[in-house]
Amino acid sequence: MLFENLSLEIRSGDAVELSGPNGSGKTTLLRCLAGLSPDYKGDIQIGDFIYLGHSSGLSGLLSVRENQRWYASLSGKMVSEEDLDDALSRVGLAGYQGIACAQLSAGEKRRVILSRLLYSNAALWLLDEPLTALDKEGVALVHDLIASHCKSQGAALYATHQSLALDAAQALDLGEYGAISKTERPYSHIANPEHNEFPVDV
Amino acid sequence: MSEVANTSDNTASRSTSVVVVVQPSDVSIGKQFIGQLIRDLKIGFRSRGDFINPLLFYALAVMLFPFGLGTDATILKNIAPGVMWVLALLSVLMSLDTLFQRDYMEGTLEQQVLHGAPLSTLVLAKVLAHWITTALPLVLVSPVLAVMLYLPGHAIPVLVLSLLLGTPVLSLLGSIGAALTVSVRGGGLLLALLVLPLYIPVLIFGASATAAAANLDGPGYAGQLLWLSVFMVLSITLAPFAGAAALRISLEQ
Repeated sequence: MLFENLSLEIRSGDAVELSGPNGSGKTTLLRCLAGLSPDYKGDIQIGDFIYLGHSSGLSGLLSVRENQRWYASLSGKMVSEEDLDDALSRVGLAGYQGIACAQLSAGEKRRVILSRLLYSNAALWLLDEPLTALDKEGVALVHDLIASHCKSQGAALYATHQSLALDAAQALDLGEYGAISKTERPYSHIANPEHNEFPVDV
Repeated sequence: MSEVANTSDNTASRSTSVVVVVQPSDVSIGKQFIGQLIRDLKIGFRSRGDFINPLLFYALAVMLFPFGLGTDATILKNIAPGVMWVLALLSVLMSLDTLFQRDYMEGTLEQQVLHGAPLSTLVLAKVLAHWITTALPLVLVSPVLAVMLYLPGHAIPVLVLSLLLGTPVLSLLGSIGAALTVSVRGGGLLLALLVLPLYIPVLIFGASATAAAANLDGPGYAGQLLWLSVFMVLSITLAPFAGAAALRISLEQ
């Protein structure tokens, strides 16, 4: 079991910073919320969201723009080329449209993924380690993106080891919810958490 | 404002699991399908190995038979329908590894599972793109290869038609196995074991239609082709749902 008795309600305008030591279940919580892991007990109520996980989620054989277009088509919505351009320049990658994603650095890939936040229109952002591979300006960019999203009635739940120090952010330390301390936890139980509770209302 | 708090025991006693995902109403399934199809076609044609290997295997394996059996026209003519069909089946089977593997490694499969409100639509688009890039080339070169095995000219259209009807069934059935084994390291053999039994009826009807067309005195081939059409309709309508369910199971680990 990773954590229990966890109750979390996120309303529009909220930013929640998820912290905790390695293995405390930050990724598991986000994956449960996104519906990628059914291995929990409890209620989850969640609205329109976007989930950006550890893996890049970009096709190396496609260009930046082709990846963007595909991602926009996934949600079945029409996104104009101007919106995609705007999103790219906002994350500091103006002019990168035609470059194959396999040629991008890890930080640039991360920025392409972050651009999804800008054209997806999802209310709730679920971000797993959004700062990975980003430089100082990139960290500031994520800070600004989340701050402005929450100001415009969005909400964000992000897991990070490096605090973003957002003024309005709430802190959720998963380390406090672990039922068994890390050293005692038998590994066979990791994949079988019971009694996890985290209702989320958006 | 948000509340982050330890709840008391009364909430912990609930054990139901409900995930309510409210989808926006302006979602267009057609756009999702076309977007996925275009993307997968681009990737399919750009990854040359995935695209050329099954074709090369098919052509080389067919060419080996005259070397092994000699150039006796009657022997080659008799085995041609079976050889062409067995090798087409094996080529399709060989290509199935690449159907979801790349997306799984790159993390794009995760996003498809998350967003594909009807994931089966995306699976159908992926299989169609995969069929166009791997199986359709086999169908297109099969007349040339059939001539090398002395298959009579009047049987070649039937061979092509049976492959056109049968290979989509192979791709669709195979997609279920590929989805189940995508997270298994080196799952190629497991995939073959899962899928080959399902391929047998297609092989029987496909090879038998071609053989019946080659043998002018025997019974006709219309029945076999109709059966292949039935398989195709059934697999187009049912396999994407099974494939989508299998993908979810694979990604939940």
